[in-house]
Amino acid sequence: MEALKARYQYLFQSTKGLVLVAIALISLETVFFGMLSGPMAEMGVRDVWVRWTGMQLDPMEREGRIIILYHTIALAVVAIEVYFITGLVKMSERQRANINATITVGYLTSMIFGLWFAYFGHNYIWHGLFIFGQSLVFFAGVMLTVALWPWRKEYRLPPDSPYAHTRGGLDLERLAFFVMAVATLGSAVYGAVAGANFGNGFELFLAEDEVREVTKTTLQLAVIGHLHIMLTLIAIALTLIIGRWVDFKGRIHTVAMVFMIIGTIIITSGVWIIVVYRSIAHIIINVGSTPVLLASVLLTIYTWRRQVRIGLAKKGLTPKEAGFGKKLAALLHDPMPFGATWQMMYMNLVVTAVGIFLAIKLELVREWPWREERITLTGHWHILAGIIATIILLYYADLAGLKGRARRWFGWIVIIGSDAAFAAVTLFSTKRLYVSESAQQPLVNMTIWIADIGLLLVLVMLGLLMAWRLVDLFKGNGRWKEELANPELDVVGKEVDS
Amino acid sequence: MTRLHFHSGKMILFGLLVLLLVAGCNAQPATTEPPPVFDTGIDPNAWAQVPAGSFFMGLHNHEKTIDYDFEMMVTDVTNEQFAAFLNDAIADGSITLGEEGVLGYYPGDKFSGYKHEKEIKAGDWLLFPVDHPDARIQKEGDTFVVKPGYENHPATMVTWFGAWAYCRYYGWRLPLEEEWEKAARGPDGRAFPWGNDVDKSNANYYKSHDPFERPNTVGDTTPVGFYNGKIYNGFQTMNSPSPYGLYDMAGNVWQWTGGVYEKTHLRYLKGGSFMDYAYNLRSWTRNSATPEYFSIAVGFRCVR
Repeated sequence: MEALKARYQYLFQSTKGLVLVAIALISLETVFFGMLSGPMAEMGVRDVWVRWTGMQLDPMEREGRIIILYHTIALAVVAIEVYFITGLVKMSERQRANINATITVGYLTSMIFGLWFAYFGHNYIWHGLFIFGQSLVFFAGVMLTVALWPWRKEYRLPPDSPYAHTRGGLDLERLAFFVMAVATLGSAVYGAVAGANFGNGFELFLAEDEVREVTKTTLQLAVIGHLHIMLTLIAIALTLIIGRWVDFKGRIHTVAMVFMIIGTIIITSGVWIIVVYRSIAHIIINVGSTPVLLASVLLTIYTWRRQVRIGLAKKGLTPKEAGFGKKLAALLHDPMPFGATWQMMYMNLVVTAVGIFLAIKLELVREWPWREERITLTGHWHILAGIIATIILLYYADLAGLKGRARRWFGWIVIIGSDAAFAAVTLFSTKRLYVSESAQQPLVNMTIWIADIGLLLVLVMLGLLMAWRLVDLFKGNGRWKEELANPELDVVGKEVDS
Repeated sequence: MTRLHFHSGKMILFGLLVLLLVAGCNAQPATTEPPPVFDTGIDPNAWAQVPAGSFFMGLHNHEKTIDYDFEMMVTDVTNEQFAAFLNDAIADGSITLGEEGVLGYYPGDKFSGYKHEKEIKAGDWLLFPVDHPDARIQKEGDTFVVKPGYENHPATMVTWFGAWAYCRYYGWRLPLEEEWEKAARGPDGRAFPWGNDVDKSNANYYKSHDPFERPNTVGDTTPVGFYNGKIYNGFQTMNSPSPYGLYDMAGNVWQWTGGVYEKTHLRYLKGGSFMDYAYNLRSWTRNSATPEYFSIAVGFRCVR
C-alpha cells in the first residue's frame, strides 16, 4: 500500500510525474486515434480498428469528433505547460498544489469523458463532464494567473539581478508569464462563449472548411480567432518555459521579455477584435507576431551561445581558444537544448515562411480548388502543433534524466525525424506549386513515406522513453523516487555553466 | 569517447538519409496503358425525376424546400457525350476553337469588387483545353475523339464555363447546390446517396482499390454508373444510387453546380472525387474553384 501511495504521489503530485502522466496519455491517445487517419484508412487498418474497439463513427459527426479530439490533446498540452510553470516560477506550495490538482482533474475528466462521448456513444452526462473538465482547467488557469501576479513584493528582483526587471524590480519574465496567462483565459472564454452562444453549442465546423466563406459569421470569426490565438499562446508559454530551462538572463533577456510582453498583448488584442474590426485585425496580429518571433530568436541566440560555451568548457576550452569547427561541435554536443531552439527557428521555415508566401500569393492559391487550399492550411497547423510537441518532448527527456549516448540518439532522432517529416508535409501540402494532379503521385508517395518514417521514428523514441519510465516505476528505488524527493526542474547544463 | 559520439551521430544521420532515399525510390513512372473496359449497363442518356418537397441541407441538416419538380441526369456527362457536343457546337458556330482551347461566350457576372473577388466579364471563356495531356478527349484533325476505353467515363478537364455551355446548348442548365444536394440525399438527411456508411464497393474515392487504380498514379475515373451491384473482374460493387436513382453522386468526379453568388467569382462543386478520402464524399461537402478551373477530377451533370 505504501508503495502504491508513493507512486501515486510521484505521478499525481510531483511536477515530473504529472508531466509524465500527461505525455503518456497524449501518446496513447495519438496512437489509438491515429489508427483512423489517412494512411491507416488506405491500408485498411482503420476498418479493423473501428470494429475491434467498437467505435461509433457516424459520418454526420466527424467534425464534432475531431473538435473534441483536438481539445482533449490541447488541454493535456496546456496542463503540461502549467505543470512546468508551477514548477519553474516562484509561488507558494499551496498555490502550486491547488493549481496542479485542479488542472489534472480537469484535463483527465475532459479527456476520458470527451473521447467517450465522441467515439463510443452519446450520453450527455459524458458531454457535460467534458465541459466540466474544461471548466476546471479554466479555473486552474484563474488560480495560476493569481499566483503569477507579478507586483507582489516577494517576487520583486534585486537591482543586480541578471534576469529581466524594471528599475522598480518588477520581474519582467514573470510579467510575461502573467500576460500570457491572462491572454489565454480571455481567449478560452472568447471561443467558449462564441461556441455556446452563437452556435448553440451544436453547429460545429472546422475552421479550414470555412476559409472561403465570402462573409463569415460572428461564430466563424470567433472560432477561427480562438484556435489561432490558443495555439499561439501555447507556443509563447513554451518559449518562456524553455527560457527558464536554459537560464535565459542578461540584457538580451530583458529585450526578449519586453518583446514577448508587448507582442503577446498586441497579437491577442488583434485576435479579440477580429469579430468587429476584421479589416485591421490581421495587420495588428502581424505587428504583434514580429516582436514575439524576435523574442524567440533572441532566446535561440542566447541558448546557442550558451551551448557553445558549455560544450567548449567540457573540453577545457574557452570560446576564444576555439575555431568554428570546435564551436559548431560544441553547439551540437547536446541535442536537447539545441534541438528545442532549433525547432523554433525551423518553424519559421516550414510554418511562418510558407504562411507568408501563401498570404502574398493568395490570388494564386484561390485559383486552386478549395480542397488544395485546405490541405495547405491543415498541413500548416499540424506542423506547428508537431513542432510544439517535439520541443516539449526534448525538454521532458532532459528532465527525465536521459544521459550519454541514449540522450544523443533520442535527441537527434527526434530532431532529424520530425524535421524530415515536417519538410515532407510542407512539400506535400504545397504540391500544387510544383506538380500537376496527374503527375503528383510520385511526389505524394515520396513525401508521405518520408513524413511517415520521420514521425514513426519520433513515436518510437517517445515509446521507448515511456517504456523506460514505466519500467522505472516498478523499481523500488527508481528514478521516480529521486524525482519525488528532488522536485526542482533543473536548468540544463548548470553544472558546467555556473 | 569523443570519436564514438561523433560516430554515433554520423550513423544516425546516414541511416536516416538511407531511409529517405529508399522512400524516394518508391517513385515509378505513371502508366499510359488504356483502362479496362466495362459496360455498366447504366444509360448516360437517362434522366431521373426529383420531386418537389423538403429535404435536409448541409452538415447541420437545415431543412429546406424546393417547391418544383426537376429532372437530373442519372449519370455525369460522359466523354462520349461531351465530345459529341464539341463537334456539333463547333460545327454550328455556337462555340469556337481558339489557340488555348475551345471557347464559348459567357455573359459575365455581376461584379461587386469585394475582397478577393475577381471580375468575370462578358466574353469568350475557355470551355475545354485542347491537346492537354490529361484530357481524355483529343482533337484528331477537325474532330474531337475520345481516348479508347474512356468513352463511358465522366467528361473531365471541363471548366465551369464548359459545363454551363454544354447544358445550355441542349436547353438544360447546371443544378443549383440545393438541387444537387436534394438529388443526392433524398428527404431523409443521409450522409451518402445510399445511406450513412461508405466502403470501397460504394464509390470511387482515393485508394478505394477499384480496377482502374494503378500503382503510383493518383487514381482514375470509373465508368459512369459503375457502382451498381455488378462484379467487374472480381471487383464486387454495391448498387449505390441516390434515393432518386442517380449514380455517382458521391465520388468519381466533383460536379460543377450552377449557382452564381454575390461578392465572389467562385463556383461550387459537390460529391468528392477519386482523388479524395471518403469523408469528402459526404453529400454536403462543398468544394470551390474559379470558373476557369479544369481538372482530371472534375465533371458535371445537368438538370432540366
